[in-house]
Amino acid sequence: MQIQKLSVLSIYAAFLITSCETQNDSTTNPFDSTYRALPSEATILRGGTILTGTGARLEGTDILMRDGIIIDIDKELDTTDIDVVDVHGKWITPGIIDVHSHLGVYPSPGVRAHSDGNEATAPNTAEVWAEHSVWPQDPGFVAALAGGVTSLQVLPGSANLFGGRGVTLKNVPGQSVMQMKFPDAPHGLKMACGENPKRVYGSKGRSPATRMGNVAGYRSAWIDAVEYRKKLNAAKKGKGEPPKRDLKLETLAGVLDGDILVHNHCYRADEMAVMFEIAKEFDYTIAAFHHGVEAYKIADLLRENGTCAAIWADWYGFKMEAFDGIRENAAILDRADACTVIHSDSAIGIQRLNQETAKVMGAASRVGLNIPAERAISWITSNAAKALGIDDVTGTLEPGKMADITVWDGNPFSVYTKAQKVYVDGSLVYDRENPSVNPVTDFSLGTAAWHGGAQ
Amino acid sequence: MNIRCILICLSMVAMNSASADTIAITGATVHTVSPSGILNNGTIIIEDGHIIDIGQELSVPEGSTHINASNKIITPGLFSPLGEIGLSEVGAVAGTNDATQRGNEFAASFDIANAFNPRSLIVGISRVDGVTRAGITPQASRSDSDGNSSHVISGLGSVVHLGNEPGFLTKRGAIVVVNFGESGSALSGGSRATAIQVLKSALNDAIDYRLNKAAFQRGERRAYSVSSDDLEILGDVLAGTKAMLFRVNRAIDISVVLTVAEDYGIEAIISGGAEAWMVAEEIAKSNVPVILDGINNLPNNFERINARLDSAKLLADAGVPFAFGAGAQTHNARLITQSAGNAVANGLSWDEALVAVTLRPAEIWGVDGSVGSLEKGKEADLVIWGADPLEITSYPEQVFIKGESISMQNRQTLLRDRYLQVPDEKPPAFISINN
Repeated sequence: MQIQKLSVLSIYAAFLITSCETQNDSTTNPFDSTYRALPSEATILRGGTILTGTGARLEGTDILMRDGIIIDIDKELDTTDIDVVDVHGKWITPGIIDVHSHLGVYPSPGVRAHSDGNEATAPNTAEVWAEHSVWPQDPGFVAALAGGVTSLQVLPGSANLFGGRGVTLKNVPGQSVMQMKFPDAPHGLKMACGENPKRVYGSKGRSPATRMGNVAGYRSAWIDAVEYRKKLNAAKKGKGEPPKRDLKLETLAGVLDGDILVHNHCYRADEMAVMFEIAKEFDYTIAAFHHGVEAYKIADLLRENGTCAAIWADWYGFKMEAFDGIRENAAILDRADACTVIHSDSAIGIQRLNQETAKVMGAASRVGLNIPAERAISWITSNAAKALGIDDVTGTLEPGKMADITVWDGNPFSVYTKAQKVYVDGSLVYDRENPSVNPVTDFSLGTAAWHGGAQ
Repeated sequence: MNIRCILICLSMVAMNSASADTIAITGATVHTVSPSGILNNGTIIIEDGHIIDIGQELSVPEGSTHINASNKIITPGLFSPLGEIGLSEVGAVAGTNDATQRGNEFAASFDIANAFNPRSLIVGISRVDGVTRAGITPQASRSDSDGNSSHVISGLGSVVHLGNEPGFLTKRGAIVVVNFGESGSALSGGSRATAIQVLKSALNDAIDYRLNKAAFQRGERRAYSVSSDDLEILGDVLAGTKAMLFRVNRAIDISVVLTVAEDYGIEAIISGGAEAWMVAEEIAKSNVPVILDGINNLPNNFERINARLDSAKLLADAGVPFAFGAGAQTHNARLITQSAGNAVANGLSWDEALVAVTLRPAEIWGVDGSVGSLEKGKEADLVIWGADPLEITSYPEQVFIKGESISMQNRQTLLRDRYLQVPDEKPPAFISINN
């Protein structure tokens, strides 16, 4: 295939495409994405070890990206008139995706004035949207970028049964959250099981004060949502007036319509099993259980329901429902072919999701389960994309996908390896060897991060 | 099948809990963290809990238990310098937590060693990943629901071993913990300056008390800001028999610590030290050690605004002695090797990183005469690794504490082994795990 270097034209074309889409969308919905891929040149990453995210490992292989898209992956691609980056000895993976972040809503510095992640005023706050709390100047975004993270879901906290909508972002700092929103990514709905809601509200002398109170709270809310949706659908068919808009019920109805994905904070196996019953009762699906400290106890149940378990590698013991955390959690899930995702829930952990994954690989090998790198990488790329409903456009290295790519200076599952270059939509947005490329948030001006020291 | 594998792996190392027996470990690459450096094909002879000989081409004593560790790596046991191992079981379950006193009743004399539980599940979990000794340190709590907050001076820290021997204390009350910076401000009345004054008042009282003890006991001396028990402990600090650990991050706050330490002749330790790299020369001149969290690089608050990932390298370049504490110090004290490995990724030498999780914390706690390195006469805390101990995917194959080969089983491995089994018609509660 003849590939011409038409970078200026292709940037312009990309610009036109994105701006058209933006205009169309913004006429329909407030807060829609205005994200635009940064300028890029057609580039070939030459000769790297590629973990595709689909389970394959390709040695000495090239990747061609152009106009923000992966065009071709093969050996010895024609480089005529294309920028070539020699990545021999380097490892290439899909950009890392974190399904559970509070960057922007609990930004650094973590002062009270910045505490915008938990609308802990009522057990059901399905009406709030995390994106309305996101502070794009959080220096954590840039630190995560240095860890190879190209997309992330920012969620509300877990004080409430229904915490509100989560938002998926491209990890490219913008001036507003709209500029960071992943185009066309579905919203998430944060739900929470267990200790947090019952503690927060029980201590205020109101329901839920128990786990059974939690479950009654979920079911009551879904009953209302079913009614609301019925009225909406009837009105669409000309039967009666539509109900007055209700932000809370719009979110829940969005779940019942399949437009909003449920991300359910839930630690204990027995509680996850109960949540599946509620999902069955009201006919919705749970995209992922988050934290899932005991997911390994119900690996088969998770697989059968097609629900991902998004978990830490080694957090345990900080509260009762985390008492049974083990490092082999992900390994046992993966062995059962359940959708396994390693998440961070931490502004520090998000910088090293590759190391979190490596912890599981080490623990697994201790008991004779050898998880190859090309499989483990899916926990922080393709499986994460699946949990967020963006796997049709990112999360793997395949022609036609967004060129969201991380170049590592070695095996990403070594402690000594660092992300060297990060591309988002084909644009080089982080380069460890050329700090002038790298974004610096306003907050970081004049600090160590400004000098590249924080990364 | 997996269970069988575990047993086979373990059987490589002869399980022998009779500490009176002689053990000879041969064939490994031994990182002694001593002037002897790295011994290829080294031999370690252990008797009565101690290393009685170490070197190359030593003969295996007759009748000893011989452990062939060819192709393995041996390091000193890991030393977690900070945290609440044995003082906490479940973070959010108050009854299992003993590291914090609320109210100002005690200051320097609050002694958490009295509450240490050697059978804590976290002891079993930490040691399987190579942690053989731990510094345990009192915590500070800002106002609770009754308005009680801890004293600026949190109390005494101790060193414990994580082995089976009943005498778990390696060194009781080796340091006194003090909170400066933002936490000191919150504990003392709203300013960093009040925290400094609280400490100075207590130290001045301790000086007065030392000179006028008899008069004080007769009730003929002015009131002191802390109790006589506290003043006794602070007297030890002033006499140099106990060190004082300052929780502090901001560069100027670290400089203040150095000045206070010099003014009062205190042996200081910096804990946290997010901005220590900015005053590294000054710290080096005072020869004050720093306990760093190796991976916490974000400005969580304004006193950490210049935190960075290559702090360890910058401190090493300036000649500042430092050790790594893990970010999650208690349950995941085992992650000090991750801190060390990341510091290597950010410029620190591998050898210095290993020192910072073994010998250096032992020096900071003043127990390097007995632990921290693999040398003749020291207690036999060591870890046999299959691969690079700082690498994330590596894990200990066997751990020795005070010469004893410890059980590599803990509550987490029991859960693991139960759920590694393929489920059958009976619930997991009926699956038996080999003991």
